[in-house]
Amino acid sequence: MTTKPALAAVDDDAAPLSNQQLRELYTLMAAVRHLDTSAVAWQRQGIIPGYAPELGQEAAQVGSGYAVDRSRDFVFPTYREMGVARAMGLDMVGYMSTHKATWHGGMYNPVESRFAPIQAVVAGSVLHAVGWAHGQTLAAPDEGTGVAMTYFGDGASSQGDVHEAMNFAAVMKAPVVFFIQNNGWAISVPTERQVAGGSVAARAAGYGIPALQVDGNDVVAVYEATRSAFAHCRNGNGPVVIEAMTYRRGPHSTADDPGRYRTLEEERLDAGEDPLERFKQRLLADGVADEAFFADAQRKAEEEAEVIRMGIQDLGPRPGAEMFNLVFQEPTPALQSQATAWREESEHV
Amino acid sequence: MSETITEMPPVIPAAAGIQQLSMQQALNRALDEVLAQNPKTVIFGEDCGRLGGVFRITDGLQAKHGEDRVFDTPLAESGILGMSVGLAMAGFHPIPEVQFDGFAYPAINQIVCQIARMNYRSRGTLPMPITLRVPSFGGIRAPEHHGESLEALFAHVPGLKVVSPSNPHDAYHLLKYAATRPDPVIFMEPKSRYWQKGPVDLTPAAADTTAPDGGNLTGARVAREGRHLTLVAWGAMVSRCLQVAELAAEDGIDIEVLDLRWLKPIDAEALARSVAKTRRAVVVHEAPLTSGLGAEVAQLITQGCFDTLKAPVERVTGFDVPYPSGDLEDEYIPNIDRILFGIQRVLEYRRG
Repeated sequence: MTTKPALAAVDDDAAPLSNQQLRELYTLMAAVRHLDTSAVAWQRQGIIPGYAPELGQEAAQVGSGYAVDRSRDFVFPTYREMGVARAMGLDMVGYMSTHKATWHGGMYNPVESRFAPIQAVVAGSVLHAVGWAHGQTLAAPDEGTGVAMTYFGDGASSQGDVHEAMNFAAVMKAPVVFFIQNNGWAISVPTERQVAGGSVAARAAGYGIPALQVDGNDVVAVYEATRSAFAHCRNGNGPVVIEAMTYRRGPHSTADDPGRYRTLEEERLDAGEDPLERFKQRLLADGVADEAFFADAQRKAEEEAEVIRMGIQDLGPRPGAEMFNLVFQEPTPALQSQATAWREESEHV
Repeated sequence: MSETITEMPPVIPAAAGIQQLSMQQALNRALDEVLAQNPKTVIFGEDCGRLGGVFRITDGLQAKHGEDRVFDTPLAESGILGMSVGLAMAGFHPIPEVQFDGFAYPAINQIVCQIARMNYRSRGTLPMPITLRVPSFGGIRAPEHHGESLEALFAHVPGLKVVSPSNPHDAYHLLKYAATRPDPVIFMEPKSRYWQKGPVDLTPAAADTTAPDGGNLTGARVAREGRHLTLVAWGAMVSRCLQVAELAAEDGIDIEVLDLRWLKPIDAEALARSVAKTRRAVVVHEAPLTSGLGAEVAQLITQGCFDTLKAPVERVTGFDVPYPSGDLEDEYIPNIDRILFGIQRVLEYRRG
């Protein structure tokens, strides 16, 4: 697969990643891989009730999340962006708490994290990115503006909101990076039965939006595409579409059974090379890292996942009063009276 | 139908600061002032900019405040409301418009799943100070989907607040109030009342006060005092109920008209206060009967006044039919006769 850059979106001046950065990318991917597989195990062990694995999408998620400037950009995720969250340095206990069923949106602070609350409606937050991005234009039109990056998948690309978002963004020249992870599957439905024309990136032309289709299993290619898209947006040139071609190696969620819609042989053939292993071989071949480094990265990943496991196991249920207190900034009398009744009648006095 | 009844009680003196304005003018003025007072407010929607909106509620605002503050969007309601979420997350106070009530349906996903929930989902870190203006209700012989009554739908959604003014004075003050709240408010404008004039006290209102300027902006309003029966209404039905009260007065029936104004939260105390006095109530709305807000109002009255109620609370409403074409509109919207029949049923009710 080749990356097809759109000329307007290429940031030619950007320096190549340093060896230190390449090693950091690998460390992040290893941490994400281990946390992802650990989370599936935790679900099987009853530690968390459910999880949506991103196995196989580490390069797409880490590579794109690594390009975010957390001082001014904002990311709008779905429910399968754990790798982006980790690459952006989120509080991962706060992130994983959504899968512990602690709080739908997660317990991390989205404002400080520059990472919107976890979102269960596919394509639900794509329009939010456009509004937020237009707000940056209104607030500081002439400065290197903050960029919104919104994540969605091949399945979500069927939603009408994606069309509305791309059209609005192009009309308003909003600084939005539409980052599609085309992972081949929307639960049980393959891309060929989902995406007419076979490519979400191809649709961008209709809106006059430059698009990049990138090998989503090549972390460096993903990073460079995202970086150039950010530069394009930051300079006031309007939105960019990136379609990262990858593969959902695992189930849609821990409740899913891919055996009902694809064979193991198909998985093996379609998934291609493991992005983590592929990056490892590249770093070895280029002399950027050695086996000791990879062993160390794995050890750190395991330690980190263990800390996160303990963190989420320590999470008790939220106080029931939060059900009522967080609905409004200014609670209504009716809601306050319901809270009072709940407290008294459920022996929470 | 002629509209000869003065809506505001005649207690407001002709003083400086009081002007005769149509509701359209009052809303326009409120938006003008909100834009001037808060640089973070932005107004947008279909044809809101250069045209000034199909009802001219945003007339002249783009020319005065600039294209960054008042702008046209592409023709997509989900986009308008979804964009509002992002603008609110970026620290703005969006005042979007959906051009007609029925066009809120394409945006329901963003309204229900996003606007209403983001404060909750984000644990209060991303409030949604969005004031959604919805030209609402019937009475103008409009095409399909241009005359819906969505208050029960919106009021049922946790996280939303709903308000509907019945006269220019309340339209001005309630919009200014809603547009300074930190929570999402669905602002339902009775489009059949846009062009009716009334006195508007333009003295700046202090929120949550009972000062004589804007008055109390958080609850219901007694539009007419009476002793025998309470008519509960909102939006365009308030003026109709005031007409009914005048007619009933000729027969010696002294009717109180309670303008509910806030449909969420409903002012349960005002309902109880009024009906405790009159001991009889009829609730009037344009929306279909079944699961309409009248049921909620009736229950609140029953709960607050069961001991003294003389009769079950009556509902005079639209029917459980899709909103009909203009030719049948007058058969659908509660008219004076149907409201009088409802009053009669309550007055003639005998226990046992």
